[in-house]
Amino acid sequence: MVSSVPKDSQSVSELKEFYRQMVLIRKFEEAAAKAYSVGKIGGFLHLYIGQEAVGVGSIASLTPKDYIVSTYRDHGHALARGLNPKPLMAELFGKGTGISKGNGGSMHFFDRNAHFMGGHGIVGGHISLAAGIAFASKFKKEDSVTICFFGEGAANIGSFHEGLNLAAIWKLPVVFICENNHYAMGTPEYRALAVKDVSVRAYAYDIARDHIEGDEVRKVRDHVQVAVERARRGEGPTLIEVSTYRFRGHSMSDPAKYRTKEELEAYKKKDPLMRARHELELGGITTEELDKMDLEIQTQIDEAYQYAETSPEPPLSQLHKYVYAEDK
Amino acid sequence: MAILTYREALNRAMVEEMEKDPLIYLMGEEVGHYQGAYKVSQGMLDKFGEERVIDTPISENGFAGIGVGSAMVGLRPIIEFMTWNFSLVAIDQIINSAAKMNYMSGGQFPMPIVFRGAGGAGGRLGAQHSQAFESWYAHCPGLKVVCPATPKDAYGLLKSSIRDNNPTIFIESEVLYGSKGEVPEQEYTIPLGLGEIKRKGTDITLVTWSRALSFAEEAATILEKEGISVEIVDLRSLRPLDENLIYESVKKTNRALVVEEGWPVAGFGAQIAYLIQKNAFAYLDHPVERVTQMDVPMSYAANLERMSLPNALRVADTIREMLQ
Repeated sequence: MVSSVPKDSQSVSELKEFYRQMVLIRKFEEAAAKAYSVGKIGGFLHLYIGQEAVGVGSIASLTPKDYIVSTYRDHGHALARGLNPKPLMAELFGKGTGISKGNGGSMHFFDRNAHFMGGHGIVGGHISLAAGIAFASKFKKEDSVTICFFGEGAANIGSFHEGLNLAAIWKLPVVFICENNHYAMGTPEYRALAVKDVSVRAYAYDIARDHIEGDEVRKVRDHVQVAVERARRGEGPTLIEVSTYRFRGHSMSDPAKYRTKEELEAYKKKDPLMRARHELELGGITTEELDKMDLEIQTQIDEAYQYAETSPEPPLSQLHKYVYAEDK
Repeated sequence: MAILTYREALNRAMVEEMEKDPLIYLMGEEVGHYQGAYKVSQGMLDKFGEERVIDTPISENGFAGIGVGSAMVGLRPIIEFMTWNFSLVAIDQIINSAAKMNYMSGGQFPMPIVFRGAGGAGGRLGAQHSQAFESWYAHCPGLKVVCPATPKDAYGLLKSSIRDNNPTIFIESEVLYGSKGEVPEQEYTIPLGLGEIKRKGTDITLVTWSRALSFAEEAATILEKEGISVEIVDLRSLRPLDENLIYESVKKTNRALVVEEGWPVAGFGAQIAYLIQKNAFAYLDHPVERVTQMDVPMSYAANLERMSLPNALRVADTIREMLQ
């Protein structure tokens, strides 16, 4: 493992914060997996475990006025945005205290105030929505930037091409981040992508591109930052491909038999959390301090679990509420 | 009262609303420089500039998504489909994104967006350009579906649709664009969900909307000479639906016929027939009947197209049978 040692106290504290967020995501999802296996969470549950550095690094480059559009694998992005794990876990449990009042579930976290513009369940459909949010920023002459996450599987759907083309011709302030975890559900990329490198599709739209490994959180942040600043300057969109890996199956119902144990083990050696932890140790943070941090986060997750479990289900009167918005 | 065409009435509604609210924009293929494929947006580019009257490449899914995304952060888009036939490649954005955004976010994202454009059949445009899709969209909760039949209604209903905080499917009748009618000069709106009795009668209730109103009116005129009095209910919007207007009329006439431009199977008329038998059964002297397009794709051949579409003679024949 090539390690980039944090050089000063500022980069140590920055990395510590990234590590904290990544552990929070990991532990949140481990708790969610547990709840799923005992039937407290229904539907699909797509875990982000292994990909944490992508969401945390990317979102660290944003300010609160910027927007995030996510996929059905949205827990990590929401937590990296700083959303409270309690209403997120409650949403997974289908409770009225959930971030989407129990109407959304795992795939549909939304928080308008945090500019967290949703987890979206149709592969790639949200890419043009993200372009639309960026369109609105430009229309209103605000300098907000939108970042849009999707997997490499989404890169083959029409909405990807249409969204990128429209963003390109109108120079919209949007950064498209392809989290390439190499499997679209059970289909490996070599069976789905005519050209394996998704980022080269940027050439087709004459926009900026980047391609990075996703196990080093600060590197992800640095690269996404460049694209965010480019967008903020009015120079248009960027397509960034971040190579990453999910340690679990596509969702909790997928045993992931389409890949070898050896492959999984090789990627686990590149676990972004382990890497960050190692780098923090090199930067002078003791194992005890890191363990203490892990423990504090575990307590926070336990509280979220407890909150979700004890929260009431939404009132039945909610069934017909929200189908239509209130009048203007 | 001014005499305006259906397209002029739509244009006036959009222009007036855009003058009032800077968050409204119009987007679609050829809406700007070309002045609209059907000239509904004639002159709007000059008035509002390229920032608010926006030409797009041919990419319905993409620009429908742009509209939805921009509505999430407070803009009020009017998205024009050159024809509703092309909306099918954007139906994911309409149904999976626009219609559900407010619900699945627990009320956080109202969706003030209008999808509008030319619908319906005719003019020998063949199978892929002659289709009435209101039943498809009316199927989906979260959408509002509006189908105006006259210039006066088109103006008032489009203004309400633009002001609504929900995604509205506004289907204009392609063959009605040039039709003329009286439009009050003073500004007005027509609430969505308010139908209108377009003709009073006592023998049968004819329920219809959009272009099919013209078949209904023609048939009513023919039958009047035979001493048959037809009441015509123009729904104007399918979602929300003015159910009581239908029932009140059926209670008076004891018979109901639905006339629509779409296909019969799982069409919106089937829903109306169900509602009438469910809620006004005791008043019925005859099963509810329907006159629809034939259950086939549209043929190009002039005679087959004529045969396929509903028309006044078929409406009149059906009514005569129902009154026997």
